[in-house]
Amino acid sequence: MSSFKIFDIAGSGMSAQSVRLNTTASNLANAESVSGDPNQVYKAKHPLFEAIRSSLGKDAASTGVAVRGIFENQAAPSARYEPGNPLADANGYVYAPNVNSVEEMVDMISASRSYQNNVEVMNTAKEMMLATLRLGQ
Amino acid sequence: MPIGLDKYLGVHAQALNLRSQRTELLAANLANADTPGYRARDIDFKSAMAQLNGVASGATPVRLQTTSTGHIGPATINGSPAPELKYRTPLAPSLDGNTVDAQLEQAAFAENTVRYQATLSFLSAKFRGLMTAITGQ
Repeated sequence: MSSFKIFDIAGSGMSAQSVRLNTTASNLANAESVSGDPNQVYKAKHPLFEAIRSSLGKDAASTGVAVRGIFENQAAPSARYEPGNPLADANGYVYAPNVNSVEEMVDMISASRSYQNNVEVMNTAKEMMLATLRLGQ
Repeated sequence: MPIGLDKYLGVHAQALNLRSQRTELLAANLANADTPGYRARDIDFKSAMAQLNGVASGATPVRLQTTSTGHIGPATINGSPAPELKYRTPLAPSLDGNTVDAQLEQAAFAENTVRYQATLSFLSAKFRGLMTAITGQ
């Protein structure tokens, strides 16, 4: 039965968006994880989405989403002059992650809305199938 | 007199199938709302219906001949030949090449669901009529 594929598609969308929400949570949680070494400091993580067709069969319409990988933002961390910080390097600098909190908040809202969209799709598909099962009664 | 159930149900059985295929497509569009490079697709319901009726009346659509197992056959949805999938013309494409407009897709999804339920009501009425004829009450 084909309509079950809608659940697969919406499910893949939900799982992809929850990965995105996960990375947002990590980024926000680590926004202030400073380090004395600019190479060791936390880097903002972002998922890379990709449209997939193969795992859902060869149907033209079944295009789910997969997370191809998590990439780290390679922008340079911002240096702060905090000589009193025990983590500071020889010059008195600590390095803060390249996490942009505003961007992360926007990403969070976008991910949450997209997730809700997929939940709605799933609910609607479920109701449609139940209505079809009641056909003729 | 033999009764052709297909003939009795008229276009509604085909319409229901097409509507469910469109639901799948729109679900895929919504799931890929954040996938870079994904292009939103849709079915032109009117022309797809006309194509199906053409198949029913014996006029088979022209397909590419596949003479080797390596050749890619015509696209299918639910194992039946897929209606022509068309790419949506974006109103405001995003920089990453994604052409999904979530609001537009949501509206199309809602509209498609209502029409699916309308088709279900027609079918339901047909079955009720049949039941009345069978039971004679």
